[in-house]
Amino acid sequence: MTDEAHPDLLSHYARSLGIEVSGFEDNVPVLRVSGIDAIEGRPDHFHGGATSGLMETAAYAALRMALSERGEEAQLKPINITVQFLAAAKKAPLFAKARITKLGRRSANVTVEAWQEDRERPRASAVMNVMIQRDAKA
Amino acid sequence: MFDPAAASPFLLSGGHPGWLGLAYRDHGPDWVELVLPWREELMGDDVRRVIASGPIFSMLDMAGGMAIWAHAQRFVPVATLDMRVDYQRPAGERADVIGRCECYRTTRSAAFVRGIAHDGDPDDPVATMAAVYMTIGGAPKND
Repeated sequence: MTDEAHPDLLSHYARSLGIEVSGFEDNVPVLRVSGIDAIEGRPDHFHGGATSGLMETAAYAALRMALSERGEEAQLKPINITVQFLAAAKKAPLFAKARITKLGRRSANVTVEAWQEDRERPRASAVMNVMIQRDAKA
Repeated sequence: MFDPAAASPFLLSGGHPGWLGLAYRDHGPDWVELVLPWREELMGDDVRRVIASGPIFSMLDMAGGMAIWAHAQRFVPVATLDMRVDYQRPAGERADVIGRCECYRTTRSAAFVRGIAHDGDPDDPVATMAAVYMTIGGAPKND
């Protein structure tokens, strides 16, 4: 199982929402959440909050992978997120993958897309700024 | 007539809001306040026992939609088009988080919402939000 090799990619929240690591593309995790009741907004569709929760988790997972590849440990804290809801996501598996546009000393900028059956037609996209605290242990 | 208090058991009991445990707290003519109770499954990391940012986003999205219905005085189908959340600070350890959103403007096809999340003191927010929702098949108000 890919996610057992990287157990630190998912938070309590992500795991209890049913988010899983579905695979890796060039060492970037692709996350997935199934169309379970916990994600439902209006009948048979994703709640926007669940969609953005998946995208946020994909952003953190990509950053944790990138930092661990560099042999660095850091605490990640969200600064902000802007989500564009492009099309209603149906109650079916939803995928998300992040692209790190900047990985700086103190912050990172990450874009994320979420899709269902057709990757060329994303359901939502997000841009996120994340604080990176490399020294903070407390 | 849309009554956020009366509609909450229906709106918040199932699906994602139900899983989060969202509950109604208060409302006014153009605003709605919800509460997101702390629980371990909503934690964002292992170090700090605080609610993750994802559930706070969800609560603000939900409170924003309900604020639109309060403002329009009726239920209208809406879909979030764009939403931004600035996370000012982590919520307190084991703290419930309160979300208050206000619909300050509606047009024929769009509704504009702003809001805050806090853990007890509205003057010291955990997060602020701004969002635009699109109405699906009908104006939210006669304008």
